[in-house]
Amino acid sequence: MTQKKDPLLIAGKAYHSRLLVGTGKYKDFEQTRLAIDASGAEIITVAIRRINIGQNAGETSLLDFVPPDRYTYLPNTAGCYSADDAIRTLRIASELLDGHKLVKLEVLGDPKTLYPNVIETLKAAEVLIKEGFDVMVYTSDDPIVARELENIGCCAIMPLASLIGSGMGILNPWNLQIIIEHAKVPVLVDAGVGTASDASIAMELGCEGVLMNTAIANANDPIMMASAMKKAIEAGREAYLAGRMAKRLYSGSPTSPTQGMIS
Amino acid sequence: MQLKINGSIKSFDDGLMTVEGLVGRLNLLGKRIAIEKNGMIISKSEFQNIILQDGDQLEIVGAVGGG
Repeated sequence: MTQKKDPLLIAGKAYHSRLLVGTGKYKDFEQTRLAIDASGAEIITVAIRRINIGQNAGETSLLDFVPPDRYTYLPNTAGCYSADDAIRTLRIASELLDGHKLVKLEVLGDPKTLYPNVIETLKAAEVLIKEGFDVMVYTSDDPIVARELENIGCCAIMPLASLIGSGMGILNPWNLQIIIEHAKVPVLVDAGVGTASDASIAMELGCEGVLMNTAIANANDPIMMASAMKKAIEAGREAYLAGRMAKRLYSGSPTSPTQGMIS
Repeated sequence: MQLKINGSIKSFDDGLMTVEGLVGRLNLLGKRIAIEKNGMIISKSEFQNIILQDGDQLEIVGAVGGG
């Protein structure tokens, strides 16, 4: 089989995997490491938090298990509810990661649903892009907001499939299709994927990739689910590129020849 | 000298202490961290030059698991 080169291009860099994964909610760092390895992901999201003061010198951290020289770290602004907090978080993330510029911007609007606040997101995106950040932006599935974020200069638009951590899958494929159709930068589904078929559907719609965390981390066997997601993303991408047959109520055209029947 | 580190007041009896000195005292030497002092990010190359003052507010952050 000839394997076509079909890289995911984000901010001028090519990636082989179209699955991006989070590093939260795992049982321990070892499980995190094994799940990420099984997912084949090259870009992994991390959160920026106050470190534990008074720790022992030998205390391990996420970085010991998923080293930043092996993966592209995508620092996020999870937990930020204002543009100012998100900007502050990513500035310090850049310092933490030696001037790293590729970031995931998400500004939440509500602690219960974790629905994004697109007004604060737009404000933050504008400032960050002026400062030279490559902003992959988490947003609602509103095509006009997606267009505005692209116009501001975001390098990837990442609408939700459904709410963060809900596992509800793709609730509005039509909006996603409109966003994909109009965008000139990659559109990735971020949040809401529950199982492998959801990831395949996102890719079949024409998404350039999928970012997920809970669907893997909260599976009974996260490592096997990570492997399933890898295959689902690849299958969905190939199906998209192959171009599916048209849907019709019936065809009147049998799959087997009508000639040469035994009579 | 009192410093507010990650929201908690910590007392140190050192006379002069640089940011690097503090990082050592907190067992964080060699760890990947970033520090904000009174709202301004301090680059790692400045850790040894900046002397902490009583009342300084510091945020010391690292990367943790997140989605």
